Amino acid sequence: MSPTLTDAAPLPDNATDGLSILESRKSAAETFGIPLAVLAELTHRCPLQCPYCSNPVELERNSSELTTAEWKKVLSELAEIGVLQIHFSGGEPTARKDLVELVQHASDVGLYSNLITSAVLLTRDKLKALADAGLCHVQISFQGNEPLIADRVAGLKNAHDKKIEVARWTRELDLPLTVNAVMHRQNLHQLSDIIQMAVDLDADRLEVANVQYYGWALKNRAALMPTLEQIEETSRIVEEAEVRLKGVLAIDYVVPDYYALRPKKCMGGWGRQFFNISPAGKILPCHAAETITGLDFLSVRSNHSIAWIWQNSEAFNRYRGTGWMPEPCQSCEFKEVDFGGCRCQAFALTGDAGNTDPACTLSPMHEQIFKTAEAEARGGGDRFIYRNFAGGTLEPGGDHDT
Amino acid sequence: MAAPRVRNISVTLASRPVLPRHAKLRFDETRQRWVILAPERVLAPDEIAVEVLQLCDGVRSVDQMVDLLAIKYAADHAAIGTDVIAMLQDLADKGFLVEAREKSA
Repeated sequence: MSPTLTDAAPLPDNATDGLSILESRKSAAETFGIPLAVLAELTHRCPLQCPYCSNPVELERNSSELTTAEWKKVLSELAEIGVLQIHFSGGEPTARKDLVELVQHASDVGLYSNLITSAVLLTRDKLKALADAGLCHVQISFQGNEPLIADRVAGLKNAHDKKIEVARWTRELDLPLTVNAVMHRQNLHQLSDIIQMAVDLDADRLEVANVQYYGWALKNRAALMPTLEQIEETSRIVEEAEVRLKGVLAIDYVVPDYYALRPKKCMGGWGRQFFNISPAGKILPCHAAETITGLDFLSVRSNHSIAWIWQNSEAFNRYRGTGWMPEPCQSCEFKEVDFGGCRCQAFALTGDAGNTDPACTLSPMHEQIFKTAEAEARGGGDRFIYRNFAGGTLEPGGDHDT
Repeated sequence: MAAPRVRNISVTLASRPVLPRHAKLRFDETRQRWVILAPERVLAPDEIAVEVLQLCDGVRSVDQMVDLLAIKYAADHAAIGTDVIAMLQDLADKGFLVEAREKSA
């Protein structure tokens, strides 16, 4: 390890956590500096219909989206208060006609910009225009390593081939590429091929992200839940690839909660180092936070500044730090390691966002969700409920039923 | 179609390193320190790394950089050279330096 270049991560297993060095305060748990990176969900519109979409089940309509002028003002404000990176996401961010203008504005105010995209709407000219506007990095989602499964999961014909084409343009334009692969029971057998695909596409990073079960994914849990055997095989494949591809491809691996023993440090802790902005301008502790009812999330359209909302709003302070925790979390030695796991999952599975995340073995519900996962992995049908503005559409036909 | 960027470059005194376009060295006014912005990451280089990185313009060779540092710190060229190459190699291994000649490839 070089003493001259320090990754801004306080924990070696969390490369995106940037607090420890850039925030020279005593306890990161009790202070809430402005995040290094913010996710801007420009729109919920998307040509794909992935059944595990991280957007809320109740999608924001086009008419409620922030205008170009509003987003530009938001970007300026973010840069001013100390945010360094902006992730343009969605929905599909390229569905916004003003994306090039927004990327240019991000560059003008000094923000490092990432594009998180399904890629299917991009032309080479559009990608070139984004690069010329200062775009720094492209992340493309893949649903598999070949069209048969990938296009079926995406609910869009020819999506996979288009993604491959855009990934090639990305590297031709000398933009760094991250391949994001969301994994579940119906595509985990392709993992080795997906890793090779990422290498062949000359990607810098690969995210192997097991589905997280909120919102759309929760609706589709029975069709997506992997078997325990699949997860064990996945871990083995990832570990082998990490060693073999050191220096060629960096791999970030997200394990599925239902088979974990300890909860994940979701978002690095609620309101601790991350927020996202919804298409309508709401400032949220995570992209799934609106699934929790009873919390009032303030908007950039309110009379408050973004910094004020981050630091003072009730929704952010509700589950911040460790003071809100019930037992067994409160006396747990890991409470400042995982910050109690995921509030959205606690809400989805127990009905109370303040309960212990059932992903933790100390939760009274842990055994139950483990059994649910095993049962659904073995007995669940394979038909998807596709994500759309109508609240979801069941995949036609019975071909995929087990 | 070969990518213009080459991973795993080997740094020598003849190298003319430069940060790739996706790695940006800038001063963070809010936190009052230099940072390198990279995909999904923010890195915090120390003072010496910042000084060396600021010399990496794709025109200067490592040898010329070491000359400048040796004069500034009134130190031995060979000793500084070893340290600078080790540091730049570490940055290159992490993907934060490329060779300037690859830009025109």
